[in-house]
Amino acid sequence: MIRVILPPNLRTLAHLEGEAELELNGTLTQCSLLEAVESKYPMLRGTMRDHVTQVRRPMVRFFACGEDLSHESPDAPLPDAIADGTEPFLIIGAIAGG
Amino acid sequence: MASDGMPKGESNMFVYDASPETGKPLTTHQWYDGTQHPWEFKRVWHLEPSLHNPDHVYAGVEDAALFQSKDGGKSWQELAGLRGNDTGPKWQPGAGGMCLHTILLDPNDPERISIAISAAGAFRTDDGGKTWKPINRGLHSQYIPDPNAEVGHCVHRIAMHPSRPNTLFMQKHWDVMRSDDAGGSWHEVSGNLPSDFGFPIDVHAHEPETIYVVPIKSDSEHYPPSGRLRVYRSRAGGNDWEGLTKGLPQRNCYVNVLRDAMSVDSLDPCGVYFGTTGGQVYHSVDAGDKWKPIVRDLPAVLSVEAQTLP
Repeated sequence: MIRVILPPNLRTLAHLEGEAELELNGTLTQCSLLEAVESKYPMLRGTMRDHVTQVRRPMVRFFACGEDLSHESPDAPLPDAIADGTEPFLIIGAIAGG
Repeated sequence: MASDGMPKGESNMFVYDASPETGKPLTTHQWYDGTQHPWEFKRVWHLEPSLHNPDHVYAGVEDAALFQSKDGGKSWQELAGLRGNDTGPKWQPGAGGMCLHTILLDPNDPERISIAISAAGAFRTDDGGKTWKPINRGLHSQYIPDPNAEVGHCVHRIAMHPSRPNTLFMQKHWDVMRSDDAGGSWHEVSGNLPSDFGFPIDVHAHEPETIYVVPIKSDSEHYPPSGRLRVYRSRAGGNDWEGLTKGLPQRNCYVNVLRDAMSVDSLDPCGVYFGTTGGQVYHSVDAGDKWKPIVRDLPAVLSVEAQTLP
């Protein structure tokens, strides 16, 4: 099981409390993970990446296993610890209002 | 006046120190998308007069840096050691920009200055600004990749009573915090607040354990919970809070109160003042028990300072 932690505003939008949990087969990448999130929570389409180009929104960042993966290729494999659910995939929003 | 009505004036020239002697390393900081970005001066967020010399004043600016003037504001020099403490590349702007908004001068120790930056956290110098260290131990921020990181916390404001310079009160992005060792460690004192998100925090002029905050609903909803404008006062230095409502709008009020828009005077009983983004400035002559608007129709109030004339 893959664990995804969304920022509070997206959790509210998705009517989600706590982590999002996904089941995915095949090589896990940012792209496949985001597609799975958007498939399970269609109201999040366009919030994390552009509807058309699929490019990450500038105010959204991706972290995993203590690393900033925001600028990695969307098609690069994610760490095994994300694939086996040991570590969550963090989607972080820019700090609003500060 | 210029033809467009704006006053003419020479630039104060807030130039970041890039000299080899004191301005290295002139690092970059994080941009919103996580890339590195050079420092660019945008505006002054806070001025703090020296406690010891009427011609000396400090300025906190965006992009975050601390400047000092020794000629009444005519010229400014950066205290570059702050950006040179190696954590600069981890600093990032909040939605308001990457601002240095709080400057606390220790009345007992002219060499000690504490400052706060959104979103980097709090820092302290004990040698007059040459070297700085982060003072963020105990802060916990769920919205950053490492919630207990040394830097990266969105500190909104810090307040101090001059009689107890080692006790600091902080309104963070979320959480109201307290330190009793000049920032060496922090613990949460949000207690029974209806929301621990907010911007200003201030201390009563004569009671160092009496503090004030204005709870705001959330980081994405910048208005008082339930549309009721309430100042919260703790007489216990935190945790136990009472809502102060008399004279404040208690329905359909959707203003914010910004971090520099609260102040106290030195009268007895202590007067408390705050301004809103809706252009109202409210005043209490009795330490917060009752409030009255002084003005109602200003632009968004960014800053309120009370000066008590003899």
